[in-house]
Amino acid sequence: MAFFLETLLNGLMAGMLYSLVALGFVLIFKASGVFNFAQGAMVLFAALAMARFAEWIPQWTGIESRWLANTVAFVLAGAVMFVVAWLVERLVLRHLVNQEAATLLMATLGITYFMEGLGQTLFGSDIYKIDIGMPKEPIFAFESVFEGGILINQEDLIAAAIAAVLVAGLSVFFQKTATGRALRAVADDHQAAQSIGIPLNRIWVIVWCVAGVVALVAGMIWGSKLGVQFSLATVALRALPVIILGGLTSVPGAIIGGLIIGVGEKLSEVYLGPFVGGGIEIWFAYMLALVFLLFRPQGLFGEKIIDRV
Amino acid sequence: MTQRKLGDVILDVKNISLAFGGVKALTDISFDVREHEIRAIIGPNGAGKSSMLNCINGVYTPQHGTITFRGQTFDHMNSRQVAEMGVARTFQNLALFKGMSVLDNIMTGRNLKIRSNILLQALRIGPAQREEIRHREFVEHIIDFLEIQAHRKTPVGQLPYGLQKRVDLGRALAMEPQVLLLDEPMAGMNVEEKQDMCRFVLDINDEFGTTVVLIEHDMGVVMDISDRVVVLDYGKKIGDGTPDAVRNNEEVIRAYLGTGH
Repeated sequence: MAFFLETLLNGLMAGMLYSLVALGFVLIFKASGVFNFAQGAMVLFAALAMARFAEWIPQWTGIESRWLANTVAFVLAGAVMFVVAWLVERLVLRHLVNQEAATLLMATLGITYFMEGLGQTLFGSDIYKIDIGMPKEPIFAFESVFEGGILINQEDLIAAAIAAVLVAGLSVFFQKTATGRALRAVADDHQAAQSIGIPLNRIWVIVWCVAGVVALVAGMIWGSKLGVQFSLATVALRALPVIILGGLTSVPGAIIGGLIIGVGEKLSEVYLGPFVGGGIEIWFAYMLALVFLLFRPQGLFGEKIIDRV
Repeated sequence: MTQRKLGDVILDVKNISLAFGGVKALTDISFDVREHEIRAIIGPNGAGKSSMLNCINGVYTPQHGTITFRGQTFDHMNSRQVAEMGVARTFQNLALFKGMSVLDNIMTGRNLKIRSNILLQALRIGPAQREEIRHREFVEHIIDFLEIQAHRKTPVGQLPYGLQKRVDLGRALAMEPQVLLLDEPMAGMNVEEKQDMCRFVLDINDEFGTTVVLIEHDMGVVMDISDRVVVLDYGKKIGDGTPDAVRNNEEVIRAYLGTGH
């Protein structure tokens, strides 16, 4: 039982990271109808910026405190993501208003490769560490309930808390503020949104910026766990099944989808793996996504689209 | 028809020409709109009515000509500027925010007027909360006025067509416009729905003094409610005047009924 719970918790933690990446997809899709393939590249770019700034700042300024250096690095990396958002709007999206979804998707594919290249040119292509002072030593919980207790990574717990705060903040932003309302409006109809005076361009910068910050947080947590390297860009691929599961337009869907996939991967690996020779973790998520596409294509929480004929 | 108190010219369109590649959508169109009036633009399909509205609304930029609004002359402007100056519009093919509730759709019309800090809004404190309540009250008035109280929380995508048209109108009204551009507000409606819509348009004009520029196909409606009518055909203006004058205009009759051989 304790082992099962441990696996479950492990899965939840891994799933939460998927959720964070998926969240970036959902935000941009909700607000601009663009399926942003570049989300993974944004995670890599943000994490690289954060890692290198944290390294460079003490060298440049002589700041000794790691907390301070990390905070400054985080703010700077955030600023970099703002510039990225601004440039994407200025150079790409602005020229593609009212174009087909496929055109926009191709454009984000282009952005992906550009950002992967640029990120490594600017920040280097080695493996970097982000050390934000996460406690690495595991703790044992429920020792009174189970013999030996359950092993929990403190690092994962903190990461989960950060993700929860981020998600709560975003929900409030979307539901309760006029800007959030404008974002949802733009997602539904560009022309109508313009007619009531919502500036499309500014909205796009805002939403790419928010997605950039989400990417930064995701990149920071992944980076602190596993190091920052090129393979981080491929986490986007891991997030694809999550959004199929949760629905492309749903913030809670991204979260729950991520958790389901994280847990599913770990449990299936541990309990089914031995029978099929292991390696389930790699394809389980895609398998699940495929089943969903067959039976519930809008995902768990997505909007069902019914077209009148 | 009672004579309404017409004001000065609020919107003056001069020599507007618009072409898409080789297709001339509008050729040298001029007309004016007076304050508080209901001004109709009519014409057969493809006459350029919607293009005209889109020029006024800043969606299209005409190649020639100027638009003067309240004494300010523009040769091009964008949709946001137009919205800020107090021009609101509805759409021929509904352009509502389908996933959002009726209330939220109409609330988006207040977006330009919301001033408080986004952080205060998110936390729902102090002045931001009071401001939100004030806007909400205004929107509730509109909902009452358009008689869609029962559908407040319904996602607009689920409403029948006639009611969606009302929500579209409601969103435009939420902007407290001085000029309201209506692109075929009664298209595809049954008689009853048309009557309701007519009543709303007349009431808006009457109670708030809103100037209305209206595109409509239904000749009966146009002749009944408008003060003056512009007639377009193949992108050219062929008639302009009171409904009676336009009805008897030779060229207008020819455009609508075809020429005899």
